[in-house]
Amino acid sequence: MGLTLAEKIISRKIGRDPSPGEIVVLPIDAAMAHDGTAPLMIKSFEDMGAKRVWDKKKAIFVIDHISPSSNEGTSALHKMMRDFAKKHGITLYDVGEGICHQILPEKGYVFPGGVVVGADSHTCTHGAFAAFATGIGSTDMAAVFASGRLWFKVPESLKVNVTGKLKRNVTSKDAVIYAIGEVGADGATYKAVEFTGNTVKGMTMDSRMTMTNMAIEMGGKTGLIASDSTTKEFLKGRIDVPFIELSGDKDARYSDVLEVDATSLEPQLSCPHQVDNVKPVSEFEGKPVDQVFIGSCTNGRLEDLRIAAKILKGKRVKARTIVMPASREVMLDALREGVIEELVKAGCAVGVPGCGPCVGGHHGVPSQGEIVISTTNRNFKGRMGCADADIYLASPLTAAHSALNGMFTVPEGD
Amino acid sequence: MEVLKGRVWKFGDDISTDLIIPGKYKFKTIDFNELAKHAMEGADPKFASKVSKGGIIVAGENFGCGSSREQAPVVVKHAGVSAVVAKSFARIFYRNSFNVGLPVVECPEVVDRVKTGDIVEVSLREGKIKAGNKIYSFKPIPTFLMTILEDGGLVDHYRKRGGFVWEREPTK
Ligand code: SF4
Repeated sequence: MGLTLAEKIISRKIGRDPSPGEIVVLPIDAAMAHDGTAPLMIKSFEDMGAKRVWDKKKAIFVIDHISPSSNEGTSALHKMMRDFAKKHGITLYDVGEGICHQILPEKGYVFPGGVVVGADSHTCTHGAFAAFATGIGSTDMAAVFASGRLWFKVPESLKVNVTGKLKRNVTSKDAVIYAIGEVGADGATYKAVEFTGNTVKGMTMDSRMTMTNMAIEMGGKTGLIASDSTTKEFLKGRIDVPFIELSGDKDARYSDVLEVDATSLEPQLSCPHQVDNVKPVSEFEGKPVDQVFIGSCTNGRLEDLRIAAKILKGKRVKARTIVMPASREVMLDALREGVIEELVKAGCAVGVPGCGPCVGGHHGVPSQGEIVISTTNRNFKGRMGCADADIYLASPLTAAHSALNGMFTVPEGD
Repeated sequence: MEVLKGRVWKFGDDISTDLIIPGKYKFKTIDFNELAKHAMEGADPKFASKVSKGGIIVAGENFGCGSSREQAPVVVKHAGVSAVVAKSFARIFYRNSFNVGLPVVECPEVVDRVKTGDIVEVSLREGKIKAGNKIYSFKPIPTFLMTILEDGGLVDHYRKRGGFVWEREPTK
């Protein structure tokens, strides 16, 4: 019997084939906490009486959620992180460096076959590199910082098989939103979501990361994509372990398979206030929009900013539009290419790399009754800081076209 | 752990961590008593002032979905809640709950049979919930998680034992 990609990664770590449901203890290759979760992790670590971090090179802090800080309370928590990082000699990526899930792969912490834990639910993003990557809480993270190991239940796997050519106005974001609508917000709970098929194979790393990023929105423990030449190209010069190709076996056992026909997909929206409340953009065509946000660990990468710049070039947005590159590297690339210039000229408010309005902590908070189109991954009530705003999740294509027109717009297709 | 007996507080499906503790609070402080004043605020703004010690939250599917914020089970516990019974839990919330010493139980059968104000009794070791004159069973909590729970959460567990149970005993 073959192994799913999740089982394969685990088997390489424990030296035998695991079975779903079994509890295994795995060594950790990278462990990350950010300013939303690190303070509590530090408290747990210290309350435990743990003395040192198990491996300075594998433990990472990122300040990205409220970055730069907007108030004294947050500043104190940031300081607590800086002090801890200094004391224990671990790396801290400070304000302006970007979002944790973008930084980790860029800086070489993520590689095929690795086990990555993050004190953040979207840690599943890293599965795009065929790493077993999952979100944990702060105290679990304290246990990892202390011992370098953690228990996991071996997940069953749900296969999402996407085949065919996407239309010109449809992106990987639409594909994953569609899949979430089919599977439901808790349809993949405790499972690994393995994205396969020639459509996925043909995607850039930027597009693939958008898909694995949202695996948690169907309840998934992780999202996974086989590693191949595209992965290798991205990781070249970044990782210091040998690159390997890993994929699920043909005869592996999947608990379910969702077939997605890419050719027939239309641009999709996640409507308020659940990510699995999915409808085509066409149903909303012409509805006014107050704020558009392009950014986050879902769609704040170079490819996404390029899409927006291409649409907005030489024009002017009609809705308030906030753009935040996912990382310093993304911002630098976008600056070099003139992408940022086009966006600024078009009237977008371009901000510091970080989470920004996605989490509603410090800026870009909508007002009561406002309608927001966002390229992020969550539209829960209150997510962006205002419980009475309606958040629609969309692709950067839909977001940019809608920003331009000040209303919901189906991007031009084939 | 003794039998937990308390008044039911009923909630629906998909109660997210944003509803349990809105993100805007968690970035400002890690003072749990302060945060606990906002427990469940997004789902019931008055919950923290209404709930009395020992209360039991009973909810539908996917309780605790959303972010990995451990503040969610922490505020629930600090507000005085002794256990959460739901049809299902989001994975990270489930793990976090044991780590902070909050018992959580998956028992779909009982959920639709009780309402706010009812009194229920939860026996964790036996895997049974008593509601009215009916008894409902649930799959017992794995032994190593019971150990963590009985030690009062993962922090006290480590302090007490100088290590983690999953490294010492084969996990079941
Ligand atoms: S961008 Fe949004 S979803 Fe991503 S890590 Fe930041 S807050 Fe979380």
